[in-house]
Amino acid sequence: MYQSELWQPTATLPTLKKRAEIFHQIRTFFYERDVLEVDTPCLSLGSISDPHIEVLTSQTRTLGQDVTYYLQTSPEYAMKRLLAAGAQSIYQLGKVFRAEEIGRRHGIEFTMLEWYRLDFDHWQLMNEIDDLLTLLTGAEVNSERLSYRRAFVRYLNVDPFTASLECLQQLSFDYTEYGLQETDRDTLLELLFATVIEPNIGTDEPCFIHSYPVTQAALARQQQEPDGHMSAARFELYWQGMELANGYYELTDPDEQAQRMAAEMAERAASGRAYRQKDERLISALEQGLPRCAGVALGVDRLLMLLLNHKHIDQVVPFGGAHA
Amino acid sequence: MASYSTSELRSGNKVMVDGDPCAVLDNEHVKPGKGQAFNRIKLRNLKSGRVWERTFKSGESLEAADVMDTDMEYLYTDGEFYHFMLTDGSFEQHGADENAVGDTVKWLKEQETYVVTLYNGAPLAVTPPNFIELEVTETDPGLKGDTANGGSKPATLSTGAIVRVPLFINIGEVLRIDTRTGEYVSRATGK
Repeated sequence: MYQSELWQPTATLPTLKKRAEIFHQIRTFFYERDVLEVDTPCLSLGSISDPHIEVLTSQTRTLGQDVTYYLQTSPEYAMKRLLAAGAQSIYQLGKVFRAEEIGRRHGIEFTMLEWYRLDFDHWQLMNEIDDLLTLLTGAEVNSERLSYRRAFVRYLNVDPFTASLECLQQLSFDYTEYGLQETDRDTLLELLFATVIEPNIGTDEPCFIHSYPVTQAALARQQQEPDGHMSAARFELYWQGMELANGYYELTDPDEQAQRMAAEMAERAASGRAYRQKDERLISALEQGLPRCAGVALGVDRLLMLLLNHKHIDQVVPFGGAHA
Repeated sequence: MASYSTSELRSGNKVMVDGDPCAVLDNEHVKPGKGQAFNRIKLRNLKSGRVWERTFKSGESLEAADVMDTDMEYLYTDGEFYHFMLTDGSFEQHGADENAVGDTVKWLKEQETYVVTLYNGAPLAVTPPNFIELEVTETDPGLKGDTANGGSKPATLSTGAIVRVPLFINIGEVLRIDTRTGEYVSRATGK
């Protein structure tokens, strides 16, 4: 991929100036709210269990020993270890890495803003995200709040919690010609969401999708809906065709966290994905006690694309793609 | 047999889908926030010409189609097959049927070079050059002096194709035609 002639930046200098101004505004926003900036390591000896995120690794030798470091895909584990050790609300603005396809909206390395608010639930955190977007856009932002269930009813006329597998298979096939053999409900739901719902939400004001199926909880706690069914206290923010942020009312129960981690590790092994050092230090931290909190990770490069009206992620970073 | 991973497919790759050879036109990566990644692939079925989109799980593999584009000279038709010869000096000949020749039949001229797509060694499709020079065999008499922009009239060419030409064109003239649009470009300068 290396080409010696690609020495020039992929972003213009005015864009880089704007990028710096937005970093400054973000830091001021949190400083004024008494949220502490932290910078946890990019290189960690343990990694995440998520079955669908691939991680970059780095090899070195130290004290006569071969050592593998994993590049962080998000500072989530490390920040929760800080919270369990007694830190107050914290934020981090820094680089994260994923071993995934590079494209218009994906870089192998990108800038993430992640923050945790003590004594917040996910509803309060959504309000704070609106405040931040209001500051950065210079105009009042009132994002739509739409539950995962209502989004499916609105755009596909189906209840994702109660629809039969056959119904989801047929719907998925109708829209994508994929799905008749797929037996995993979440895969079908995710495909339908990405294909049919995503292009229709957040087209004007941003849109929070919330209350996910418990099988898509990731690191969110479970909650009971007014009608009795359980959902995950997780939300995602969509705006103009882009997924901008993912947040949770955080799971604090170490036993449930350990179970989810084990299940994900098993899923990775079953699908033949690379082994990664499990990071039980997160579970130890939860045993020590993670305070009640909500947290969110927001893709800053994508937000810059929207704010500055750029179509490709490379246009908002100094050296994107093959220029890196 | 070679195969491609759906996440690595790019425009121009030829793959087998539902038993038919297809050309990849576009490959869009679809990654939900969490969860399985997909590739939405735009394909052209090389047999039917149909263009459509299919979604695959990322990392799934598709068999490569044994499809090859070759330059061949058109020789003659025996009424059933259209015979072509490789221009690589091998003199190897292939007979293409009506389906393979398709719409290109109206641009078939002896000794002209065409791109013949071979699938498992047999002609699957015949693509004409972008521009071709053909003689007018039938048209209304030319109007003297009318060389400026004006109307147009139909003209039948030596291959049987009918194109709109300017009023000043006469029978026996050789015209340059854009085969992609079927439109008259100019009088041929060569002959």
